[in-house]
Amino acid sequence: MDWGVIPRNINFLLGGLVLTFELAFFAISGGLLFGIIMGLCRLSSRKWIYAPATFYVNFFRSLPLILVIFWFYFITPIIIGRPLGDFLSAIIAFIAFEAAIFAEIVRAGIQSIPKGQVMAGYSTGLSYVKTMRYIVIPQALRNMVPALVTNTVIIFQDTSLAYVIGVKEFLRRTHLVDSREIRSIELYAFAAVVYLILCFLGSTLGRRLEKKERR
Amino acid sequence: MLNYTFDWSVLWRPPYGKWFLDGILTTIQLSLLAWMIALFLGVTIGTMRVLPWRPVRLLGTTYVEVIRNIPILVQLFFWYFALPALLPRHIELWLYKNVSKFPFWIAALALGIYTASRVAEHIRSGLYSISKEHYQAAYSTGLSTFQVYRYVIIPYAMRIIMPPLTTEFVTIFKNSALAMTITVLEATGAAYLIDSYTFHGLETTTGACLVYISISICIAVFMGWVEKKISIPGLIVRKG
Repeated sequence: MDWGVIPRNINFLLGGLVLTFELAFFAISGGLLFGIIMGLCRLSSRKWIYAPATFYVNFFRSLPLILVIFWFYFITPIIIGRPLGDFLSAIIAFIAFEAAIFAEIVRAGIQSIPKGQVMAGYSTGLSYVKTMRYIVIPQALRNMVPALVTNTVIIFQDTSLAYVIGVKEFLRRTHLVDSREIRSIELYAFAAVVYLILCFLGSTLGRRLEKKERR
Repeated sequence: MLNYTFDWSVLWRPPYGKWFLDGILTTIQLSLLAWMIALFLGVTIGTMRVLPWRPVRLLGTTYVEVIRNIPILVQLFFWYFALPALLPRHIELWLYKNVSKFPFWIAALALGIYTASRVAEHIRSGLYSISKEHYQAAYSTGLSTFQVYRYVIIPYAMRIIMPPLTTEFVTIFKNSALAMTITVLEATGAAYLIDSYTFHGLETTTGACLVYISISICIAVFMGWVEKKISIPGLIVRKG
């Protein structure tokens, strides 16, 4: 055992953690934005809006994320005519994939509001937009918060998959240090503990919010 | 648009067709093996979490919290790179030399351990969802404890747990793609390998996508049929 390997490489490893956070940030904000749009589309009563959205969601939900990352990695150079770089292509893959997951959360959140609420909104003279804005969305958002937090933690874990196309995030850098120093036990245990602490804080926050909602 | 000529024949042309087919079979074997481990461990730990004995409950909770909060890829690497290094040197060498499908077994083990934490949560919530009145009603009809579990509680809990377990099975099947990172040539790994020989990665990954989608659909249709077959009238039935 030589735990000195971690202090020796700590700057390099933490630089990877910064990249992991960047990936997670873009994946979550982009995924949430498209997810909300997609979720609202799935609730539309017009077939030409909800059918493509439903297809999109089911399509991505039945694929492994790692394969989606590869697929975007291969197809982006063909569409735009030049290589896009591993970081950008990973972000596009994450946004496309997570949008499908967020869409389901948003849809479930909005569907959890009883129809009577909408009718009550209309009967007090509010328009569709105002009913959504002041009555449905605030309540739906509150119902969605625990699922959103859980999913945020999952996305944070999923960013480690960007490893496969060579993005130098936390896990990739752990792997690089390991191939130089051959200290597998120490390095992977360190990576596991770092992820465990960060994700545990996230899930604890999620549970606390859930309890708050129930009250 | 880059000048790119599609060549779909890499999916069936020899020798690539054979690699791809082997990959699909490996994916199926890997998922089934991992699923057995996950189910066995998951049921054990899920039951531990509802037992009226605090240390056992704590152990179950710790397992679930630790495993759930570490990315599966980190766990996979830990078992693959660090576990053999933990063993004595001669066992480590023996493992690499004599266990021919070492990465495959490690992948199944890692996937099983990871999914067990999720299965355990479904088992626990399934057992919790049966109300006390159920037990009381069953006992009051004169059944013994064994009969209560055999004829009332387990058949009932099984049907509640079934739909989330189907989802978990689809998840384990999708997660098996991660095994490619430790050199197991399952469907995604084979697609990537063929790319490195032919530079037609777009076709091979698209082919792999279609494989995953069709197997997912098959599982969903089959389990939907099973759930309908065993459903209790007036209780949860999944639509669609």
